[in-house]
Amino acid sequence: MSIIYGKIEQIVGPLLFLSNEHDAQYGEIVKILTDGGIERTGQVVKIDEDTIVVEVFEDTSGLSSENSKILFTEASFKVKISNDMFGRTFNSLGKPIDINTKKVLESELITEVERDINGAPVNPFAREYPTEVIQTGMSVIDGLFTLIRGQKLPIFSGQGMPHNALAAQIVTQSRVLTEEPFLIIFCGIGIIQDEAIYFLNRFQESGNIQNIISFINFADDPIMERLIIPRVALTTAEYFAFDKDMHVLVILIDMTNYAEALRELSSAKEEIPSRKGYPGYLYTDFASIYERTGKIKGKKGTITQIPILTMPNDDISHPIPDTSGYITEGQLVLNRNLHKRGIYPPFEVLASISRLMKDAIGENTTREDHKDISSQLLASYSNTLEVRDLISIVGEDGLNFNQRSTLKFGEIFEKEFLNQDVNENRDFTTTFKIAWKALSALPKNQLYRIHQEFIKKYYQEQV
Amino acid sequence: MTISNKKAYEKLNFGYITSINGSLIEIKGFESQVRTHDLIRVSEQNILGEVIQIYSDHATAQCFESTNNLKLGEKVTNLREPLSMELGPGLLGNVFDGIQRPLDITFENTNKGFLERGNDLPSLSRVKKWHFVPKKNINDIVSSGDIIGTVQETLVIEHRIMVPIGIKGKLSFIAKEGDYTIKDKLFCVKEKKVEKSFNMLQKWPIIKNRPYKRRESPIEPLITGMRVIDLLFPIAKGGTVAVPGGFGTGKTVIQQSLAKWCNADVIVFVGCGERGNEIADVLKQFIEIIDPKSGTALLNRIVLIANTSNMPVSAREASIFSGVTIGEYYRDMGYDVAVLADSTSRWAESLREISGLLEEMPAEEGYPAYLPSRISSFYERAGVVNLLGEDTANRERYGSLTIIGSVSPPSGDFSEPVTATTKRFVQAFWALDASLAYSKHYPAINWLNSYSNYPDYIVDWWSNRDIFWPEINLDWYESRDRVNNILSQENELRNIMQLIGEENLPDDQQLILFISKLIRNSFLIQNAFDDIDNFTDTKKLLGQIKLILLLYKEGMDLLNSGYLIEDIKNLEVINDILRISYSISNDNFSDIEKLKKRLNNEIESLKLSYGGSREK
Repeated sequence: MSIIYGKIEQIVGPLLFLSNEHDAQYGEIVKILTDGGIERTGQVVKIDEDTIVVEVFEDTSGLSSENSKILFTEASFKVKISNDMFGRTFNSLGKPIDINTKKVLESELITEVERDINGAPVNPFAREYPTEVIQTGMSVIDGLFTLIRGQKLPIFSGQGMPHNALAAQIVTQSRVLTEEPFLIIFCGIGIIQDEAIYFLNRFQESGNIQNIISFINFADDPIMERLIIPRVALTTAEYFAFDKDMHVLVILIDMTNYAEALRELSSAKEEIPSRKGYPGYLYTDFASIYERTGKIKGKKGTITQIPILTMPNDDISHPIPDTSGYITEGQLVLNRNLHKRGIYPPFEVLASISRLMKDAIGENTTREDHKDISSQLLASYSNTLEVRDLISIVGEDGLNFNQRSTLKFGEIFEKEFLNQDVNENRDFTTTFKIAWKALSALPKNQLYRIHQEFIKKYYQEQV
Repeated sequence: MTISNKKAYEKLNFGYITSINGSLIEIKGFESQVRTHDLIRVSEQNILGEVIQIYSDHATAQCFESTNNLKLGEKVTNLREPLSMELGPGLLGNVFDGIQRPLDITFENTNKGFLERGNDLPSLSRVKKWHFVPKKNINDIVSSGDIIGTVQETLVIEHRIMVPIGIKGKLSFIAKEGDYTIKDKLFCVKEKKVEKSFNMLQKWPIIKNRPYKRRESPIEPLITGMRVIDLLFPIAKGGTVAVPGGFGTGKTVIQQSLAKWCNADVIVFVGCGERGNEIADVLKQFIEIIDPKSGTALLNRIVLIANTSNMPVSAREASIFSGVTIGEYYRDMGYDVAVLADSTSRWAESLREISGLLEEMPAEEGYPAYLPSRISSFYERAGVVNLLGEDTANRERYGSLTIIGSVSPPSGDFSEPVTATTKRFVQAFWALDASLAYSKHYPAINWLNSYSNYPDYIVDWWSNRDIFWPEINLDWYESRDRVNNILSQENELRNIMQLIGEENLPDDQQLILFISKLIRNSFLIQNAFDDIDNFTDTKKLLGQIKLILLLYKEGMDLLNSGYLIEDIKNLEVINDILRISYSISNDNFSDIEKLKKRLNNEIESLKLSYGGSREK
């Protein structure tokens, strides 16, 4: 390590411009020490013969060319990982914190390994196509949009919708159907302290906290930390999945905060913006996070991601959800009207999809009628919405028998299948049972997407 | 070359880094010698890069791998050759990244799931032996493109070893039939006392089109087995198509179906900036699915290039040109080749990223001003061509290269720069529609916004394959017109229908609505995952559409004789017409003819029951 003094020439937002008097590495981590005892961390993002440009992860306030020493560490950003991490909470630099005071705790972790947070891309040839399910205990996800180990399945929400409760419920209930070790990594990106406390309380109450590692970046933390925290979380996930054979589920909330931090940094660097001021590399940058999922040939563990994002103005064509949807394997969309009608979780099922479920569900994994049920529920619910439109024209009396039973189906589907208590954990069997209750409100000949044998076996005759 | 000259030359072959910015580096030391597009190796880590700009005091290069941990002053070696593809046996059935590094061999050698920097494995195996059969004799006069021998590369594709471009003369040596590696000496050509020796391996720079004698008009369709394409928006062998669609509209399924079923001999599938799991999926399918024509795994005729979204951006930029270069090489052997690029938007974005790092003046939405010229230089490499050289029987040779590129417009907005620009350089446009996908109408090709300029070129090909039915005198071209006509009338009638209700329309308009619904549900919709429905051959396609058009024609006649629309809708045969797609396989054409007979019989008995006309 070497120290140089007072060579900061410019400070622009999170960027420091140093005169180049040092043999710096690209991507190297630097420490900035001030006279007042403040320590900051940064990373070299550009070098030429005259200047070294450093991005500071924390705040740059209080720094000046007078009072700062720069320390070059000759290493890239590494996160320390250990088995001691289970059940604990960390900040974006991988240091244990107390979320009620936001203070960094004195670390007593025994470091097992140190890993570069940028990781390396997975060889596409080394990927194994994911085909095993995760049970989230939520009927709508398990029944209609089954989550597969190795999948990235985002939730598109909006401000004021219950994505926090949903995230907490997924974290506390999810499990694999086998006896293999299962770990959840919760990564809060730019969330407010109240939310952080809510999450940690929910995790504690669940009694499952020993299987959860949390990383929290608060809304008032510097933007550079927002950009590294998902990478810290995913590096940790990769270690436990591919070195320790665990199935890891990573929840990233809220990717909108992440994208906004990226835009802020891009504008500080005076880059040419693309849509809505977001940088042109938003897709590549998102991909460098979302693609860190999957299953690798010859390894037992897997990484599954549920990124959660809030759509600005509920607009699904906004660059953040739009870019995410192009990379992820499906999407789960929340609907404000259903939320207002008191239905939880308020999924807009017709706009949601899980792309990997077709090869992973059925006889040997969930149940033989699963494909038929999910396809029929979506088709019939689509009919329900059409019939509801029709009522406004012809009135309820003008409906025929099929249409009335479709309405009844929709009622049960929304109130019993979709709707679920925030603490209610349903296994696949329960989910299918409720699904058949809803389907049995329809006459048998309306179940055109279900094989006869399953109708014979599961249809509940009305008394 | 004197010794001092040689030293100076070597000196100029090296430089050192003077600036690092993302994947871009600046180099001093060899700017007076280096040429644009020369490859470089950077630092001890052996990172591969390409020179893209040269100034008086430095050169700028883009690296194909991460530049982390590099320092100023590290050594850069000029390899003095442009990024080139290794061409020879061993391409088919293998998986490469955007700059042709073998991903399968990398994984087998390292057994690591992650890609590391500095990989310099050769693209094609140097040790594998291929069985060579000579087709020329010593003292034969040969020139570029002549086939001097063959190698059975996979069970289905014979690899034709050609005399390299720019070479002609007398064959002074040719290897005997036997097993050789791609580096073993295979033949020598002597011209004006200069003798050159060759092996199976050829190299070709990706930015340069491979030459041919002349370009021909496309006259043969590329049969895709997708009814909406083969009838309404056909593509010719040697043609170009863009497939734009927002996320979830089924671009990838269409590309995969094409790779599986289209009647090209060789497929080059370029996964450009897309999902890693998608590559795992196609690879799994190509290995598992058996090609009905050859009875062997599909992978035997496929070259896969995979540069996923999280792999380096500069290699993504190269990937589609790599794909097209490999495609041209197989075209030069006389094959019909299809290059499928999914997605060209990700490629355009990589151009934008690099252009941003270079601080170039942007045009629309941050894309560089040279976006149109780059897109056109890709699509212009398609075509049917009269090839250089002669075959083993001294005949003229032909080959074709078809390019099908998917486009991923942000928010599904077709006016964005990549979609709008691509439209100018392609001859067919399959617009995917989110609302069709939402209502589970797949393939979600919107029949009102899509177009193809190829029908006039390929009409003769179809006429030669027409099925002759005396009841309905329409060939492929006329059927196409008729269907387009019905669908566009439906579009106009829909607005009125929503106002006054379907029942209140006159009977002939109701018939149009009924027939168009039949066309949409039984003909345009196609299930790519159904064993029968996934591929419709030309005969079944003609039978299916003629049956519907026959119903339309007879229906109009019936209405004119006073029959009611209900009479037509109640014909029993319609239920079976609706199910043809997945109930009658391609080799059971007689079942379609039986349906035609039933349709005729039912109409006859309807007429009989009312004595020929039904006056209101």
